[in-house]
Amino acid sequence: MDRVLKKRIGKIVTWFLTFVLMLIISVPGLWVVLTAFRPNREVLAKPAIWIPQDPGWTNFAKIFGFGAEQIAIPVPAYFANSLIIASTSTVIALLIGMSGGYAFARYRFKFKNKIFLGLMLSRTVPGIALSLPIFIIWSRLGLIDAKLGLIIVYVALNVPFTIWLIDGFFRQIPKEMSEAAQVDGCTRWQAFWHIEFPLAKSGIASAGIFAFLTSWNEYALASNLTRSTDSKTLPVGLMDFTAQFTIDWAGMSAMAVIIIIPALILTFLVQKHLIAGLTFGGVKG
Amino acid sequence: MAAIRIRDVVKNYGKLEVVHGINLDIAHNEFVVLVGPSGCGKSTTLRMIAGLEDITGGEIFIGDRVVNDLPPRKRDISMVFQNYALYPHMTVRENLGFGLKIAKLAKPVIEERVNEAAAILGIDELMERTPAELSGGQRQRVAMGRAIVRHPQVFLFDEPLSNLDAKLRVQMRTEIKRLHQTVRTTIVYVTHDQVEAMTLADRIVVMKDGYIEQVGSPLEVFEHPVNTFVATFIGSPPMNMIAGRIVKKDGHFHIAFQADQTVPVAADLARTVTEGQEVIFGFRADDLMPDEHAMPIPGASSRLRLKVDIAEPLGTETILFCNFAGKDIQAKMLNPRPVPPGEVMDFSLAIDKAHLFDAASGHNLRN
Repeated sequence: MDRVLKKRIGKIVTWFLTFVLMLIISVPGLWVVLTAFRPNREVLAKPAIWIPQDPGWTNFAKIFGFGAEQIAIPVPAYFANSLIIASTSTVIALLIGMSGGYAFARYRFKFKNKIFLGLMLSRTVPGIALSLPIFIIWSRLGLIDAKLGLIIVYVALNVPFTIWLIDGFFRQIPKEMSEAAQVDGCTRWQAFWHIEFPLAKSGIASAGIFAFLTSWNEYALASNLTRSTDSKTLPVGLMDFTAQFTIDWAGMSAMAVIIIIPALILTFLVQKHLIAGLTFGGVKG
Repeated sequence: MAAIRIRDVVKNYGKLEVVHGINLDIAHNEFVVLVGPSGCGKSTTLRMIAGLEDITGGEIFIGDRVVNDLPPRKRDISMVFQNYALYPHMTVRENLGFGLKIAKLAKPVIEERVNEAAAILGIDELMERTPAELSGGQRQRVAMGRAIVRHPQVFLFDEPLSNLDAKLRVQMRTEIKRLHQTVRTTIVYVTHDQVEAMTLADRIVVMKDGYIEQVGSPLEVFEHPVNTFVATFIGSPPMNMIAGRIVKKDGHFHIAFQADQTVPVAADLARTVTEGQEVIFGFRADDLMPDEHAMPIPGASSRLRLKVDIAEPLGTETILFCNFAGKDIQAKMLNPRPVPPGEVMDFSLAIDKAHLFDAASGHNLRN
């Protein structure tokens, strides 16, 4: 057989296999999206209806409390909780991560490597293993079913990772940049603010997005530490759709889509920001 | 006035002392080059002048002020870094104007000064580009521009040419010298390249292991090195050094090498040596010339017959590698012709220009 043809067939086979593989990976996600747009009876129909017969926004209207039919699940409250908890914990984790990352990247101090290793090791403990001790301590402190309780947990979960990531970005910026700025008349703080921060911006943004997604998607700890609409987040709220004998698959899927959308947008942003070619060119080339 | 005085300056990193109480006076408008092998403390010294390193002991004066505890921004200095350290997220114009903006100067003043610096360095065309869009030489110019816009009292250069290729390095070297003649300011320049040091400096400071070995004009350091280290470090090719012992022959002192080869001691050194003293005999390639030059050698000379191992033609001259008393030495041939390996030639060695160093201390016996 002709070599060009052989190459082409090989390529087609590769792409076909990739397509099948990606399809298998995407099916559950696609199914959730499809389910969100169809009524419950179609979801539960036997034999299964593969292609939606009657697609519409009813499920979304229902869970947000618009229209004729409503569900007794306070989705807007959960949404607000999720937003507040994820954003606040992200901002705090970023502030700590920026200070910590800068310190690890720029300063020499005692036990630096040991502290850094300790931070990284804390990442190896699965979050769920901490749920019981956290529950006991939080209940003593009165932090169960409070937004603050979850915020503290998420900050603790995210700080090691943000420090690690931001440290890496600051390390990429030659320290001569900050020194040049200081010789140019800046205080150390001005040098950070005018030179190092803008250069590490994309790294800090990606760290922020990762932290936000961790808090936004977290289920295990949140389900332990929250009780009511005061603090329940969206992933925990999903369980409200399961009653003793029924599961509202359509409503649950609609809510899942609402959880996925911000995560999806942010993931695209991460991709863009991770291309951190900005620091090249300022130094030798 | 921006003279710099360095008094007993010591630098420690933890328990390790890297600069051991150095003293140096740099006059107003002087171009001083700190030169030495890596790890000799020259960059550390420069960074202490800049305020980027703490001073462990001693005092540094810029003008009349002790600057030990002043941050870099209050020292009225500019610095050009080895890797240029241009701000990658700013255009050339913004890079040049950054220091003035921080100093809160009026916009028209900034504009004027930036344009003036750009004109001096010939970078007018590049003003709207970012550092990533510049070549190495252009970045180097921008870095120099950023230093001169602020009209500082002192310029500090930290190996600014070591990232450039050989041709560009020579070109930028000339530009730095021209810059110093245009913008008369005190310059402290660090390099490990002795050619840069020789060509640029009003005075050279040779450093080694955290000590200053010698301070002097390029010619002084070249012609009167105080010890074996300076003698071998300054000058290219490096000075030939051969260990020997002082012997007395026919009532005159000679230096005896391996295999009974001897060379007479220069007349002015006769009083400083004693019989049996271990010495190192040093002479530059320029002072060992083939007889076929028929050029008169000033002062006393000694005849040597040597076999040429390798000849390196450089165009205007050829370096001849020979073996003398078991050591590889270099001679210079100023009227080059092809020299086949193994050719035996007669040389004259300018005895009066050669140096004798004490073998134990390394000190030049002529000083």
